[in-house]
Amino acid sequence: MNPVVLDLGIALLVVAIAAFVIFTRDAYAAVVAFVAYGLLVSLRWVMLHAVDVAMTEAAIGSGLTGVLLLGTAARLRDECADAPTARTGTGLRVVAGIVALTVTGLLVAAVVGFGETAPTLAPQAAAALPATGLGNPVTAVLIAYRATDTLLEKVVLVLALLGIWSLAADDAWGGRPGRKQRADPDGGLAYFARRLVPVGVLVGLYVFWVGANHPGGAFQGATILAAMWLLAMMAGLADVPSIREVRVRAVLVAGAAVFLAVGLALLGLGDGFLAYPAAFAKALIIGIEVAMTATVAVTLVLLIAGTPERRG
Amino acid sequence: MNTLVTLASAGAITAGLFFFVAGTAGLLRFPDTLTRLHALTKADNLGLGLIVLGLLPQVDGVLMGLKLVAVWALVLFASAAVSQLIARASYRDRGRR
Repeated sequence: MNPVVLDLGIALLVVAIAAFVIFTRDAYAAVVAFVAYGLLVSLRWVMLHAVDVAMTEAAIGSGLTGVLLLGTAARLRDECADAPTARTGTGLRVVAGIVALTVTGLLVAAVVGFGETAPTLAPQAAAALPATGLGNPVTAVLIAYRATDTLLEKVVLVLALLGIWSLAADDAWGGRPGRKQRADPDGGLAYFARRLVPVGVLVGLYVFWVGANHPGGAFQGATILAAMWLLAMMAGLADVPSIREVRVRAVLVAGAAVFLAVGLALLGLGDGFLAYPAAFAKALIIGIEVAMTATVAVTLVLLIAGTPERRG
Repeated sequence: MNTLVTLASAGAITAGLFFFVAGTAGLLRFPDTLTRLHALTKADNLGLGLIVLGLLPQVDGVLMGLKLVAVWALVLFASAAVSQLIARASYRDRGRR
């Protein structure tokens, strides 16, 4: 098929689904359409040869956010079914419309104003790769060139989780999130979980490891690991960890802590904050990424598990 | 010989696409969750299996072929596990109504 036709078809489909997400009245339908939207967007990223972005969009933008939104929709249905729905005032609607149109207009102006060649830092990013010992420029951007951004991202993840935990009732504080999952240990789900989880953990570690030189990396690998842990929980093979457990809390801060420790150590040695010396760059980067992968996996699991609800 | 292999590939992929279309039609037309799940498993298991079968002669190297088969096997297990979860949720929902 003519690639332009395929491009245009997917682009139109993305816009149509986005419109559906906005205009539909049914929260569930909106969430399901949002997940489909994310998958189509990641397909577009693949066609632009941005496989790393595509994987992150599919895993985080579509998968994780989809699960969180589904949980929210279920809670809204159960607990706020007969809450009065206030209609947004006309003034607010007009202001929101003007803001949205302005942002869209500025974006269009920016894209149209690119000229013949889009501004890019790609050549510099590729040229500096040997100094990091990595083969995947996206990983180099995340962990070396813009390391501070990634470090702060890990801090934000922990803060988001603390926000969810702080919603716990007083007597549930320090307990376990969510209801206890009851599942037949000899049932079909437990059977599939037992077989899928070990292979899935291996795939997650592989995606993390291969990220040094090929598409993949800490975040994508950690999402797969988190999904496997969640599957084991939903199949009743494992319980959600208690938020009081020291091991859990240690892993939650490990990513940011190791990152910060390496950065400060390098600063102390006179190289500058997170300025990896070329000889040890790869070893330091892998050390940070191992800690980050563990932190992201556990954080994602606990984000989805939600607020502590029972003692444990 | 080469033409024959290409034809066989095209045939298998077309057959795979047929099962995807059939599965999607079932998803849209069947009356309840369990029958819709049943329709989707045809797309995952048979459709993807046939497409992988059709792609196998086209890849260079055994490793790439093994990766394709691994993708199919992983999708089989993952979709089976997810089907169980969806079916369980719909079963519980039915009890509540």
